[in-house]
Amino acid sequence: MRIQGRSIGISAYLIVLFLPIYWLLNMSFKTNAEITSRLSFWPQHVTFRNYAHIFFDPVWRGGFIHSLSYVCLNTVISVTVALPAAYAFSRYRFIGDKHLFFWLLSNLMAPAAVFAMPFFNLYYSVGLFDTIWAVALAHCLFNVPLAVWILEGFISGIPREIDETASLDGYAFPRFFVKIFLPLIANGIGVAAFFCFMFSWVEQLLASTLTTIHAKPIASVMTQVYSAAGMDWGLLSAAGVLTMIPGAVVIWFVRNHIAKGFALGRV
Amino acid sequence: MANVTLDHVAHAYPGAPGAAPTYALKPIDHMWRNGRAYALLGPSGCGKTTLLNIISGLVIPSEGRLLFDDRDVTRLSTEKRNIAQVFQFPVIYDTMTVAENLAFPLKNRGMDRASIERRVGEIADLLDLRPVLKRRARGLTADAKQKISLGRGLVRADVSAVLFDEPLTVIDPALKWELRSKLKAVHQALDMLMIYVTHDQVEALTFADEVVVMKDGEVLQIGTPADLFERPAHSFVGYFIGSPGMNFLPASLAGGRAVVGEAAFDLGAQYDAPAAGKRVELGFRPDYATLLPAGGLPVRVLRIEDLGRRRLARLGMGAHEVVATLPPDVDLAPGDAGGLHVPREHLHVFVDDLRIEGRSA
Amino acid sequence: MMDKPWSNRAWFFVIPVLVVVLFSSLLPMMTVVNYSVQDTMGQNHFFWNGAAWFQNLLDPTTDIGGRFASALVRNLIFSFVVLMIELPLGIAVAICIPRHGWKVGATLVLIALPLLIPWTVVGTIWEIFARQDIGLLGAALNGIGVHYNDTQDPTSAWATIVMMDVWHWTGMIALLSYAGLKAIPDAFYQAARIDGASRWSVFRNIELPKLQKVLVIAVLLRFMESFMIYTEPSVVTGGGPGEATSFLSLDLVKIALGQVDLGNAAAMSIVYYLITLTICWIFFTIMTQLDQRKGA
Repeated sequence: MRIQGRSIGISAYLIVLFLPIYWLLNMSFKTNAEITSRLSFWPQHVTFRNYAHIFFDPVWRGGFIHSLSYVCLNTVISVTVALPAAYAFSRYRFIGDKHLFFWLLSNLMAPAAVFAMPFFNLYYSVGLFDTIWAVALAHCLFNVPLAVWILEGFISGIPREIDETASLDGYAFPRFFVKIFLPLIANGIGVAAFFCFMFSWVEQLLASTLTTIHAKPIASVMTQVYSAAGMDWGLLSAAGVLTMIPGAVVIWFVRNHIAKGFALGRV
Repeated sequence: MANVTLDHVAHAYPGAPGAAPTYALKPIDHMWRNGRAYALLGPSGCGKTTLLNIISGLVIPSEGRLLFDDRDVTRLSTEKRNIAQVFQFPVIYDTMTVAENLAFPLKNRGMDRASIERRVGEIADLLDLRPVLKRRARGLTADAKQKISLGRGLVRADVSAVLFDEPLTVIDPALKWELRSKLKAVHQALDMLMIYVTHDQVEALTFADEVVVMKDGEVLQIGTPADLFERPAHSFVGYFIGSPGMNFLPASLAGGRAVVGEAAFDLGAQYDAPAAGKRVELGFRPDYATLLPAGGLPVRVLRIEDLGRRRLARLGMGAHEVVATLPPDVDLAPGDAGGLHVPREHLHVFVDDLRIEGRSA
Repeated sequence: MMDKPWSNRAWFFVIPVLVVVLFSSLLPMMTVVNYSVQDTMGQNHFFWNGAAWFQNLLDPTTDIGGRFASALVRNLIFSFVVLMIELPLGIAVAICIPRHGWKVGATLVLIALPLLIPWTVVGTIWEIFARQDIGLLGAALNGIGVHYNDTQDPTSAWATIVMMDVWHWTGMIALLSYAGLKAIPDAFYQAARIDGASRWSVFRNIELPKLQKVLVIAVLLRFMESFMIYTEPSVVTGGGPGEATSFLSLDLVKIALGQVDLGNAAAMSIVYYLITLTICWIFFTIMTQLDQRKGA
């Protein structure tokens, strides 16, 4: 009985969760004429025109490529930079460690809106404006602290005796770090990378503020649909559906670690 | 309070279609009597936890029936079986005080407040928990917490059985002894059926009236601690119980004698020669084997181990090694020759791992 | 925790992070501070303006101060409302997630999906979904006689934004809680059954106390995220109708990038940032204390 109640609960939640997505899918296969003429629960005349448009238009394609580029770049930078720091926070005490850690975390909580204007000025003056580097670096604002926090959680779960044993066995620190330590926290690195990817992929305010043409993210491309001839609901829906795919793919890969991952190694 | 009867109980996990099922627990027939303490002893993976889970209702056996007195409880859920269980690590309700923890099972069963208070007081006195009754359970030490879980099990006077699943695992070695004697005292005071799972023979032998030795899902012997020590029914029991375990020597039977290599042990009883292809072993405990400078069977000393309380000698006997006790007044060193003496009543014959009795001559 | 060795050489490990964060956080922040104490006549001529911007901002009788105060109140109410809905709902969902078999992975992936949709797209999805002409929700509600119009009616707009946020973020609380629930050993449930505890009692006395730590993290993350919400409402309502859904970030972006009112925007940024910092610090303190208590 109890198990059945749970199944009903979770099914109901998932159905409600998927109503808006279903509606988006539904719209993406309709023509604009059909969308605006009447409501229907599935497309009367299925069309792939919306998707074809996105695939063959260089602006749309470029939007996807730019987004994925800065997201990947940011993930690599964030995790690489965060690893040694997380190790230090987890293993040692040093002058100002607590304050530093809190200050880092506070950046995680900094409203992106606060930084939009100064980022714009800063990157404009150093010539990074409208490059994928601008967005990748800007997203470090919250992704580096996040990665430090996640990795610190995972590293603290590894007994310090391992470090000591390795050093007794004559491992020099860099070799120990790469050969022994990194494999041990592979899960943590995966989780950190996942979150960096996620937050960089979903963030739009900074990404669209710091780009105009050459590094324009997909979300900014989508806003153009508004200004072009009327509202192209079908095209907008199709683009929306496509932006869900990278996220879905990434989740599928981490599905077995997802619960533990969301707890940031702190359960 | 009840007798627990295992009526041909067995548990198999369904194997691949067509293949024979693999037994986690092979069929058992046994009755556990009210008021006694039993221990399930065996190495990990021997099926003792499966057996405990069958009694507690976590596992429904694939064969057989489980009876509490005359009531068939095989398919009854845990909460309806009226049992208590103490787990490997302390299970306590963090947010409650010690008293609330102890009262919890009674409150859930709708007992009135005065009776709850009286019963909690009794149990707290029994377990020396009185001074901490008003404290939060969260902050206490592991052994105090384990006492609380034990108390929650004992607080219901009418439980059919109290189950212990390696309850001393997380307890500090210094406190283990104390908690163990507490358990023993509680058992004597409360007259309940207690079933104790452990892989530690000292725990099993000191706690239980009867010990169930298990291996590979099979019950090898059920007996009192003395039985297991003096008359192990299976060579594994001989090897597993006692420290060090029993000596085993491959032997052949000739009338009243067991021949091991060139030496012959006088068994003092007649044994029929077993069928061809059966494996015959002679077993005797190091505790009853004595090394003396002369007489007995000729051996040479390989090593002396001083355990403080006693000394053990590792001996070469032909191609085999045996362990014997070195009496305090005997002075032998590695390399020396000596004589091995084993009283005939402590010699056991095992055929294909099972102990057989001889006929008195 | 206590026996970590003391070594200031550990600072070397932290240097890369410092460099990056310096570039992506401290430098921009300095620019903001700089603007917040200056005024401009245009043409990049700035002069010292002392604390005037701040005085203006923190005085609710001024135009900008009033705007800020009402946006702050609006934002706090919003954060409170979504937390009150998402927290219990997320925990309930976590309890319902299956524990064994192939269904686990599939359910988790589905629950997590909204978290990986770009925030503008989340906005777009709900913009479409809520429209009364072409959206399922809007049409359905009006169809059953509920007056609902998220571009004209403030109540509808609020309801839409709250629903959207619940839709978007409940999954995170559910996943966090699920991880916390999974960390509870089976023995606790078994013991509760033996003790004859009710389902509610199991939740109250076992699950909730064990979830405490992840729930603090969940509340922290959700509070902060909702306190900084920008993208989704900016797509769906644009802060309207009127100022009804104009939260702090929306207002700030309007002032900074729309009206290029640098002084006001900078002062607002700093006060806004300090508020988040204070709240974050309170949570951080609670968390470290929980950590220590667990360690004890």
